[in-house]
This record gives sequence, structure tokens and C-alpha cells, in this order.
Amino acid sequence: MKDFSYLRAASAEEASRAAQQAGAMLLAGGTTLLDLAKCGVTEPDTVVDITRLAGLDTINVGEGGLTIGALATMSAVADHPEVKTQFPAIAQSLSLAASAQLRNMATIGGNLLQRTRCAYFRDPQAFPACNKRAPGSGCSALGGVTRNHAVLGTSEKCIATYPGDLAVALVAFDAVVDLGTRQVPVDDFFLPYGEAPERETLLQPGEIIRGITVPASVAARQSVYLKVRDRQSYEFAAASAAVGLELEADGRTVSDIHVALGGVATKPWRALAVEQALIGKALDADLVRSASRLSMEGAVSHGDNAYKIELAPRVVARAILQLAPSLGDLA
Amino acid sequence: MTIMAPRKFGDSSDGVVGGRQTRFEGDLKVTGAAKYALEHPVENLAHGVLVPSTIPAGRVVSVDMQAALASPGVLLVLTPEDDFGMRVATDWGGNRPDEPYYPLSREVRYNGEPVAAVIAESREQAVAAAKLIRVTYEEAPHVASLDDPNAGEGNLLEHLSASWGDAEAAYAAAPVKVEAEYKTPREYHVAMEPHGLTAKWDGDQLTVWEPSQWSHGMARSYAEWFGLPFENVHLISPFIGGGFGSKGAALAHGAVAAFAARKLGRPVKLALTRPQNFTGYGGRAATRQTIKLGATQDGVLQAIVHRGASETSTYGVWPEQTGAATPIMYKVENLSSEHRVVPVNTVTPGALRGPGKNPSAFGIETAMDELAAQLGMDPLELRLKNYADRDYQSGKPWSTRRLREAMTEGAEAFGWSKRNHAPRSMRDGRTLIGWGMACGTFPVIQAPSEAMIRILGNGRVEVVSGAIDMGQGTYTILAQTAAEIFGVPVDQVEVHLGDSRMPGSAIAGGSMLAGSILGAVHKAASAARDELIGLALSEPSSPLRDTGANTLTFSGGRVSVGGEGPSLTLPELMQSLGRDVLEIRRNTLPDGASMEDQHQAWTTMAKVEGPTMGEYSMHSWCAHFAEVRVDEDFGTVRLSRMVSAFDCGRLYNPRMVESQWRGGIIMGIGQALLEEGLVDMRNGRTVNNNVADYLVPTNADVPDIQVISVGVPDYNASALGGKGVGEVGIVGVAPAIANAVFHATGKRVRELPVTLEKLI
Ligand SMILES: Cc1cc2nc3c(=O)[nH]c(=O)nc-3n(C[C@H](O)[C@H](O)[C@H](O)COP(=O)(O)OP(=O)(O)OC[C@H]3O[C@@H](n4cnc5c(N)ncnc54)[C@H](O)[C@@H]3O)c2cc1C
Ligand code: SF4
Repeated sequence: MKDFSYLRAASAEEASRAAQQAGAMLLAGGTTLLDLAKCGVTEPDTVVDITRLAGLDTINVGEGGLTIGALATMSAVADHPEVKTQFPAIAQSLSLAASAQLRNMATIGGNLLQRTRCAYFRDPQAFPACNKRAPGSGCSALGGVTRNHAVLGTSEKCIATYPGDLAVALVAFDAVVDLGTRQVPVDDFFLPYGEAPERETLLQPGEIIRGITVPASVAARQSVYLKVRDRQSYEFAAASAAVGLELEADGRTVSDIHVALGGVATKPWRALAVEQALIGKALDADLVRSASRLSMEGAVSHGDNAYKIELAPRVVARAILQLAPSLGDLA
Repeated sequence: MTIMAPRKFGDSSDGVVGGRQTRFEGDLKVTGAAKYALEHPVENLAHGVLVPSTIPAGRVVSVDMQAALASPGVLLVLTPEDDFGMRVATDWGGNRPDEPYYPLSREVRYNGEPVAAVIAESREQAVAAAKLIRVTYEEAPHVASLDDPNAGEGNLLEHLSASWGDAEAAYAAAPVKVEAEYKTPREYHVAMEPHGLTAKWDGDQLTVWEPSQWSHGMARSYAEWFGLPFENVHLISPFIGGGFGSKGAALAHGAVAAFAARKLGRPVKLALTRPQNFTGYGGRAATRQTIKLGATQDGVLQAIVHRGASETSTYGVWPEQTGAATPIMYKVENLSSEHRVVPVNTVTPGALRGPGKNPSAFGIETAMDELAAQLGMDPLELRLKNYADRDYQSGKPWSTRRLREAMTEGAEAFGWSKRNHAPRSMRDGRTLIGWGMACGTFPVIQAPSEAMIRILGNGRVEVVSGAIDMGQGTYTILAQTAAEIFGVPVDQVEVHLGDSRMPGSAIAGGSMLAGSILGAVHKAASAARDELIGLALSEPSSPLRDTGANTLTFSGGRVSVGGEGPSLTLPELMQSLGRDVLEIRRNTLPDGASMEDQHQAWTTMAKVEGPTMGEYSMHSWCAHFAEVRVDEDFGTVRLSRMVSAFDCGRLYNPRMVESQWRGGIIMGIGQALLEEGLVDMRNGRTVNNNVADYLVPTNADVPDIQVISVGVPDYNASALGGKGVGEVGIVGVAPAIANAVFHATGKRVRELPVTLEKLI
């Protein structure tokens, strides 16, 4: 690891100013930053520690919805009683992520900004070509081992999966990122890869995530985060789905539905096509399954990851069916 | 190394061989007081890091180290240009080519091979400087893995072939046939403790703190490398944070650190990074094998034809012998088995828990399940029907083989009789449930060892041996053995292990250590007791002299004549004899073995004996029963229950043994469902070379595991009647789980691991 200087910021303004300097990086829980520094992927000159900033670790559930400070830990949010009941998909997305030790260290702001697990991205010595790390250098993953790579949102430049879980639930429920001077919907916060995979978010140098707000809704209250992976715990998603569902009084007709996918796309992936196919419809299992397939519109496989195209719609369908118990024990 | 203050935990069977004494050094480990090699404090340390190659094959043309040398704190940069002045050391097979040894190779033979090293004042400085090194290569064509189209058929290893009867003809004539190909990927040890060491010179004396499964063997390598007398090397390894076969040999990084320490005249610490641990010592080689089974309509085996291959490196032969278990599992009059090795650009693969037997069992035990399915027969019944009454390969009788008992008692505990043998016959909503079974085996391997017993004036009994404890329980069972012989509580015993200056011992590998070292400790302790008895009955100062007895009893902490009359504690006896210490050293070599024989016995594999070198065929056996739950939509497999029954002869400490069996089974769960080194075919690199991406089971993946012992003492296998316990636990786990997956889903997965994409 390269030598760096360390600055403990006393205020958000100080942190922001320091972080604008070239080579400066913010440090929250450090579970992404240090990990990547050890791989030689990030080499900060200055690390600006924001963990002592006051007032950024609050969690509030009110009439309007949920607000989470950027410095709240993953475990604090996951275990928050009202988050668990009012926003179950959000609590679950966190408790199913990483390990207990990591969740105790890691913050919500840092969580959004975690980087891809693409093995080529993380091994600069052996694989110099990586457009995300070194723009224009090429993509080592293409033609390599791609079991965990994305099938949605990829470009010729990069096929790396966005690995996080929380952001998937946030995208599903129209959360907004609070950057202090501006408020950005999470879905816009994460950029599509296109030509510039090195640009992953709208965040500008020196901008600090202050927090996240999630509007209250019936669908958010009746939600689930379903994460599928080979290992029972402590693994990133092979495919995951955040789903919220509001049904009419008949218990079958969809009045509101939110669907997003994780583990399969280059950014947290809202599946509007699935939502549109089901809204206003009376659910049955076949309908749910066929509508869930729409989530894979435009999906491209790269060999090893072809299974995701089959798996992800099944995860979406199961998540929806779990929320509609009147359809019988289909889940 | 002294193990301080062992505690007694009040178990009624404490201090007796066969008792459930808790781990002797357990509190040192859970409190963090146990010092592992890299934690050993050494003053004035310099820190080394390796620079691994990033190409799979070719030559190092030049190494530009100017920037690295100018980097802060850098003391030394080593490259293939350096004259190491070292000689090749003897390998496990006893070969020692008379050649110079270059731990940093000019010829690159695999991706990740060390081609340079940087030594600096701090590890961070060394890491930073290592990044500045520019290596220019001349690349050569490579073969990435066994699956590489250019890998070819490989080379037949004739000494591994087995053949009797006419297998092909019997197969052709058999009314029921099964033929399939089975594959296992590269798997890795991923011990929690990484490879690494601190090397320190005092003149021409080298001290090495390094985790070791074989203190004497590794010290010998260092001595041979540097042309030193064996005595000049002192390797210290009191605790090992997991070895699983990877820490039985001195490796290139050790040579680099020791060389650098000598060159700099100061101690050097070098620890491999987690990715480097994937190439520092080879993992289990990838294998493939085809098996043909011929049987009668009622399930009597007629023929087994086995053709297997495993990958090896371009510069060494390590056969991961796919036919290791195949010939001895069943009664069969016609068998043919061959194994090939296929050289590819990898580090030479190595020993990983249950080498050979493990992939072999995956093949034969899956094939037997396929045969049972084809016959519509209970796989348990099929195995019992073809039960081997003797070893058909060597023709020798079994010493003990309670595999039948393992199968039937395991089946009973599992509830196997309730199994509906049709696939997909059990479900719970979208979850398919399956039950599978498979058997496993591991040979009894024997080797001599040496031990010293020291009785101190204060009555403490010391057991001293170079044998090591990497968690198997060596400390514990040696303390129990000595405590039993001297009739004292275990807390009166001290055990000193893991040091090449102590009496020699077999390697902690091949499941041979317990049987070997216990024999030596038992012999030395018995001799020490006899000596004490002789002195107590003859020395004028001894109160026991006038009893007229011809022997004495050691029990309840006292020495007496059969518990009658005067009795003394050990310290009282020592005091009456005027002795501060009584020291006895014994080995289990034939009487009169020369010093040279002894040295050879502790430092090479020359005296190691296989399972059929005597009158009998000797092996441990096991039967595993697994229940899996498979999500029908997602293909995810969760093991929900496991019962395993073992014949490992006598258990010296059932608590330690059960823990070893469970450990092996848990590793088997990883092998069955998760573990796979993913090789990039373009450059031969294992890309998931870290513990976030190379998945081993977490607690959540491990269900209740019931283990059962059905063994009886086997005194052919070892002096005290035990057979090996360390490796057999993993053998057969993967096929039991894969067979359960078939029973659940009707899908036969013949390629490990059974990941979700293979089932959806
Ligand atoms: C082995 C392993 C397994 C994991 N498994 C999962 C998983 O299954 N699911 C999952 O979702 N995640 C997983 N993670 C990722 C983990 O959740 C993230 O590492 C963690 O959430 C990052 O938070 P942090 O506070 O530690 O961030 P840091 O490492 O401190 O920061 C990460 C990045 O965000 C920037 N940053 C931090 N805070 C702010 C802020 N307020 N404003 C602007 N920029 C900021 C930093 O500069 C840095 O670039 C795993 C991580 C590891 C190491
Ligand atoms: S997929 Fe993206 S992150 Fe991975 S190597 Fe290609 S460009 Fe880099």
C-alpha cells in the first residue's frame, strides 16, 4: 500500500474542501477503500476521515418516510425496529449483505459507493487492461472468467456488475440521495456505463453523501429483498430482487408494484417493464412468471454468466409471489 | 516451546488415552496467547515481499529495479540475476538432483511464480517498492489447465496402474453398464494462517520461525539449500494455523527470506499475501476420470474400468491419483485402472487433505450411485452386496475393515430405511429434498518417530518431540499418554512440540502422525517408568526398596506396591532417589538403528510404509449420509443433515477425533458445493485467488453433523491401535452430497462443485 496522509475532518465543509484536492479520498468504514488500496486499485495521497462528523448517523422513520444518515452503519439500519417493519426490503438487503463484522464497520454512504467485484478490476498487476480503472485500456473480463459479470446495462467497454444490495432496494423504492446542495434520485445517481465505465455515479469531487431518504408507501411496507447465491451467507448475489407490492382489497389486483434487480446489472436495476406488465392486473402465478421474464429484456450473456438470465426472473417471480400469499403456497 | 499451565476440566476420563480430554492448549488459542510463527517477536527485522510473475510461461529477460532501489526504506532487491549459491534440496520422493537452486526463477513456468523480491525496513515500504519493479518477459506458449485444448492426454504413470482379470471383456459382457466422466476442479488449502516465516542467522546458525507440518523435514531442506549441517538449522513451529497438507515442505519464499537474511545480516520476515498463498504451494490438482461399471441384473459387480488424469506442472510430477480408492472399495474380479498426469503451466499441485483418495472416491462413489439408480436398487444395498471381503488389489486380508458396520450404523442413525429410492420423491413446497450416501477410505501410513520423556524433581513430566500440532490434538493426546503411564493428572504433564532440535518425528501428513508419535511416546514413557521402578526398588535411599516387590504401580499421583503399603508422590520419589531429572529418549526404529538411519528417518520419507507393505491391507473407512434441500427454481443446494460413521480403529481422544472428522466433512461440503479455482485460460492465472471469491463454507452452510465411531483397536496399524483420522473425514463427502442432489432433483452433476447454474 502506498503511503498517504490522513486528515480527520471536523466539519462537512472541511471534508468537502479536502476531498476536492487531487488524490484525496473520503474514508468512512474503510471496508471498500482499504480493500482496494491493498489490491493497488485505489492509491489515495490523502485519506479524509469523515467518521467523526456529527449528526450524520441518524436513522428516522416518520410520516414522510425513512431518512438515513450517510454514517449510519449497515448493522444499525438492518437492526432498526421501524426500518424492519416499515421498509423490510431495505433492512433485509443489509442483513443479507457481507458479514456481521463488515456490517458493523461499513456505512450507508460507503455502501452505495462500493466498487465492483470484477476480478480483473481488482488485479492491476496481472491485468493492466481495465477501462474502469484505466480508461481506454480495454476490458480484461471480455473473454475471461465472467461467472459474476453483468448481463444488463453492459457496454463494449465494461461488463462489471454493481455488487451492492442496499442500492437495489433503494432504487426500487424511489429513494433520493442527499448531497447537501442537491438531491438526486438513486436511479439517476448511478450512471449507465456507456462509453465511460470509470464514471459510476453523479458524485462530483468534494461532494459528500449526507444521507438518503426513502418515501413511505404501502409497497415499501409490504416488501421483500430476496438474495440468491451458492453460499448461504457472506456472498454477493448471483441474482437478487427487491420487490414491494400493494394489492387491491380483492387480494389479487396490483395497485402498486416496485421491482429492482441486483447481481445482474452494471447498476442497481429498476425493472419498470415488469411493474408495467403487472400493474392493474389480477395476479396469478403464470402471469407473474411471464411478467418477470421482461426484466431480462436486452440481457446479453458472456458465456459463464448466461445462467443469470434464467435465474434472475425466477428470483423476481418468487419475490412477488411471496408478497401475495393469497395465491397459495407458491413460494 | 512450553505449553504453560494446562488445565483440567473435570471430565471423568481426563488423563487417560481414549478419554475426552479437552484441547490441552485450547485456552492459549482462544485467549490469543498462543504465538504463531509470524507473531514471534524478533528485533531489528527487515521485511520481504515477493514479486510474482504475471505471465504463465516464458523467460525473465530483465528486471528493472532502479525505481524500487531508490524507494524509501528499501534494503535489497533480489532477482534471477542474483547468485544464490544454493543447492536443490531432497524432495518428498527422496530425489536430490545435484543442481543449483534458484528460488527466483528465470524460467517462468506458471502465473504467479516469484521472479523478484524486495526487502525493506517495513512491509509497507517493501510492498510499495515491489510495485515499481518492471519485469520484461519473453513470453512462451502456455497450457492453462487440464481443460486447455492443447493439454493433451498426458503421461501414463505405470506404477499407479492396477489390473486383474479382464476388465474390458467383463465390462463388454455385463448385462448392466454404467459409463460416465467425472471432474473435479483446482481446490486450495486456504488455511487461515498464511505461509510465511522469519529467518535469522547467527554466524552459520539459521533459526526459522515458520509454520510447519514437519519440523525436521523442513529444517533438512534449509540445511541442504545452504550446505549446512542439519544441526545448524533450528526450525520452530509450536502452533500452526491450518496446514491441510500445504505446510509440509520448505518453499521458495522460505529460501528467499533465509537468503536475504544472510545477505543483509539481519533477520527477515516474509509473509505471502492471500493471493500468493494460491501459488506459494500448489492446491489440489484438477482431475477428470471415466469410470465404466459392469454388473449383473441383480447388482453384482463384474468389472471396473477406470481411466483418470490429473494436471501437474511442467517441472514436477504430482499425481492426484484418481484411482487411489477405486480398486479397494468393492469386491470385483475384473478391474483395470490407469492414471495420467497432464503437464500444464501451474505451480506443481500438492497434498491437500485426502490426496488421491478424495477425487477417486468422487468418481467411484458417484458411479456406484449411478449403477444403483439404473438397477432401481438401494445404493446402500448395492454396496453391501459388493462388499469387499479382502483387498482385491494386493490380495491381502484386511487388518480391520468395519465399513459394513459404518454403513449399517450410519444408515440406522440417519433413518435411511425410510428412503424412497425414486429421485424427486421428497419435496417441501419449491424445495426438493434428497438423501445420498457414499463411502470413503484412507490408508494407514506408518513411519517411525522418536520422543523424550523427562521427569523433573518437582514431579512434572515432560514430553518432548519435534512432532507438530496444527489443531489435530497432538499436545492433548501426548499429555494423556504420559499422564496414564505415570498415573498423574494431565496438568502435571508438559508437552514441548514443533522444534527441529527436539527428537525426530514423522510428518503430520498422510494421517500418520498420531499413530507414529504415540508409539514413540508410549515407548519412552514406559521405559522411563521402568527405569524409575528399577531405581525405586534398588536405590538404598528409596523407601520402596525394602518392600521386596518386583514392580510398582503408578496411580492416583502416587507410586506404590499395588496400592498397598507405603506410597510416594513422584516428587517424593525423585527426592528420595536424589534425582533432579530423569531423561529417557526412545524411537520406534528397529533396535540398533544407526545415527544415520535415525537422521534419515526423521528428515526424509525413506522409512514411510504404505498400507500393504506388511501382511495386511490397512485402511480407515467411512460412510457418509447426507440430506440436501435444493431450491427447484434457483438450483441452490443447502446441506440440511449429515451422519457419518467411521472405522478409524481405536480413538485416542474421541473429542479431538470427532472434531477432525467434522473438520474434514466441512471441507468436503466446500468441495461439493463451493470450491473451485477459476483459471483464466488466456494467462493461466487463478482469478478468484482470495477468500472473498474462493468460497469455503461459512457456519451457515454447516448443518448438524453426527459422527459415529464403529472402529475397534487395530494393533497392526499402530502401537496403540489407532488408524488415521485426519483425512478420511473428507473422503466421500462430495459424492454423498452430489448423490443426494441427484436423489432430490433427478439431475446428475458429474463435475464439482455443484453450483446453482448446473441445476437450473
Ligand atoms: C468480503 C466482502 C464482502 C462483501 N459483501 C457484500 C454484500 O454481500 N453485499 C453488499 O451490499 N456489500 C458487500 N460488501 C461491501 C460492503 O458493504 C462495503 O464495503 C461497505 O458498505 C462500504 O462502506 P464503508 O463505510 O466501509 O465505505 P468506505 O470503504 O469507507 O468507502 C467506500 C467509498 O465511498 C466513499 N465514501 C464513503 N462515504 C462517503 C460519503 N458519505 N460521501 C461520499 N463518498 C463517500 C469513499 O471515499 C470510498 O471511495 C462486501 C465487502 C467485502 C469486503
Ligand atoms: S468488466 Fe469493467 S471492471 Fe472488469 S475488467 Fe472490464 S472494464 Fe474493468
